[in-house]
Amino acid sequence: MYVAVKGGEKAIDNAHAWLAEERRGDTSVAELSVAQIREQLSLAVNRVMTEGSLFDPDLAALAIKQSRGDLIEAVFLIRAYRTTLPRFGATLPVDTGGMACDRRISATFKDAPGGQVLGPTFDYTHRLLDFKLAAEGEVVPVETGAPRCGPTPHITEFLQGEDIIQREPESDAVPGDLTREPMEFPSNRALRLQSLTRGDEGFILGMAYSTQRGYARNHAFVGELRIGKVPVEMEIPELGFAIEIGELELTECETVNQFQGSKTEPPQFTRGYGLVFGQSERKSIAMALVDRALRWKELGEDNLGAAAQDEEFVLSHSDNIQATGFLEHIKLPHYVDFQSELELVRKLRREAEERLKGEFTAQEAAE
Amino acid sequence: MADDMKNTGNARKEWLSLMASAPEAAMMSLWNAVADRPSFEWLRAPEVGGAMVRGRMGGSGAPFNLGEMTVTRCSLVLTDGTVGHGYVQGRSKPKVEAAALIDALMQTDAAEHVQSQVLDPLAVQIRTTKQNRAAKAAATKVEFFTMVRGED
Amino acid sequence: MSVQTTQFSGGFQNAPTDAAHAFRAAMTVMARPGETRELTGAQAPAPLSEAAATLLLTLCDPETGVHLAGGANTADVRQWLTFHTGAPLVSASKADFAIGTWAALCPLSTYRIGTAEYPDRSATLIVDGDTEANSEATLTGPGIKDAAHLSLPDIQTMQANAQLYPLGIDFFFTNGTQVAALPRSTQISVGG
Repeated sequence: MYVAVKGGEKAIDNAHAWLAEERRGDTSVAELSVAQIREQLSLAVNRVMTEGSLFDPDLAALAIKQSRGDLIEAVFLIRAYRTTLPRFGATLPVDTGGMACDRRISATFKDAPGGQVLGPTFDYTHRLLDFKLAAEGEVVPVETGAPRCGPTPHITEFLQGEDIIQREPESDAVPGDLTREPMEFPSNRALRLQSLTRGDEGFILGMAYSTQRGYARNHAFVGELRIGKVPVEMEIPELGFAIEIGELELTECETVNQFQGSKTEPPQFTRGYGLVFGQSERKSIAMALVDRALRWKELGEDNLGAAAQDEEFVLSHSDNIQATGFLEHIKLPHYVDFQSELELVRKLRREAEERLKGEFTAQEAAE
Repeated sequence: MADDMKNTGNARKEWLSLMASAPEAAMMSLWNAVADRPSFEWLRAPEVGGAMVRGRMGGSGAPFNLGEMTVTRCSLVLTDGTVGHGYVQGRSKPKVEAAALIDALMQTDAAEHVQSQVLDPLAVQIRTTKQNRAAKAAATKVEFFTMVRGED
Repeated sequence: MSVQTTQFSGGFQNAPTDAAHAFRAAMTVMARPGETRELTGAQAPAPLSEAAATLLLTLCDPETGVHLAGGANTADVRQWLTFHTGAPLVSASKADFAIGTWAALCPLSTYRIGTAEYPDRSATLIVDGDTEANSEATLTGPGIKDAAHLSLPDIQTMQANAQLYPLGIDFFFTNGTQVAALPRSTQISVGG
């Protein structure tokens, strides 16, 4: 059966106009500018850039404004915009060792070279609402110290010196790209990391938390967490050499996990890795934990049947745009589908009633 | 080609890199103060696109795709045949046009003027911003001191 | 000012519009085998035709491997293609697109024909230039009402390719500013 219907157009236009009005809210209250969102809601901007998989703070701020602060809707807008961009190429891998760190902490080494730099963190705040912000907030001048020059070495390098931590195999292999080729399982670590970095923060957090609560036996320390800016270089064919094409703020997390050894690997520390756009430290730590849990096979660990060890489960459900697309489509008209369901259930009901009646009559006869 | 002969390598990489992430307002105000603009034709009109940014597993291992960034590029040719290329972060067409013109001029006799009027002051501004940030970070560095050390 | 010709010349004047028009023409001829369309807007170094150059700028990017066959593989063409599309230059067996004269492109057995799961992972050939040695063929199949006609360089080879359907190679034929196409789904018989 096929039924074509029309007639929603006017209602849709009116709904969109009302949406625009509601988005603006009370016009006696000043309108938010995109620059205000970019500067003052920067962690929301970072999340939209990470999950939208496009580094552009102005666009992310615009998307947040347009979506009335619904961050998944904003991610959707960024993903849609991204598909319209011609891709000029891939950059050289960023060198996070050369990061100009705003924040750099280690939970494993107190006296790490470069020091413990707290940066603009929520840690150690008392999580008490600050009613001063409800009034006009004046900014207190920030203390300064003698700026440190030169790169900040990764903390895992010190463990590597002792050969007591798993080494990351060096390679320049071109990684697969899940935005270009469909995902196939079993996957590989490059695709897993790409999927985790753009995955939903809530989902990745939940998966990571499950590994801490015992589903996948994974006791991690934050070996290092760093936030700051790194330059990005790309080879330019017409120049014949690489130039910097910009600078990105990134958050990087390396976790260190105790590992008692397996049939194939000696006892050592193992690693999980998280890298995301902007300042998104919860996401980067969660990513590192899930990355580590998904590495069970290469380390010769047992599959404990935990959800966080199942790459097909994790990667197939981490993308909030895929998820919300499928979830929300069920509210759209399914009149024809439902008509056939209705007929089917009525028929089944009729048959069941007739069967019951038949049984009842047979029983009566027997009595 | 003028393009291939002069200034390949470090110097050109340096000025193109500087302009790519320079704050647009700062760069344009310096550039707008430069009076004599050469005429040019487009070889590739300003075009907004993306570049896939890669990271390395564990910071040092094999590459993986992190996500894209917006990039705008263009190429132009001056009347004397000098080719300028521009690549800048973000989506600004005026900025990328300025970058390509500066790239072209830096291969001509105007190089010294552009260097001293635009690139040098721009580099100073960027360095100052970075140092100010590093100074704030330095003030949040933890200075541990031992209160008690014991075996109990 | 006179236009300075450099290794970077010959691109679209207005890339979004020019590419959209070109794509429409390319899609139309592929959807309606036997029809021809004008394809203009880009100028590549010799020996590539304007239609072939326009097709390359429309279809190629850093993720499509291009094979320059025979006389098409010159330093000028390589530089032009790299600047305007960023497409990597690859061997015939890895090509997403291959371009050259029919003689230079042969044999077809070197190109990818796709897999059962991904029939689209196959090569598209841009047969550029002279059609003097061609012979008339009658085409039937999807996109063709009754029958269409096209002159083809080697009917037997094309028939063998169509036998591979849903796998196989797709063809564009460019000459001057004209383009026609032959997808793998078309049935081919000899004679007009």
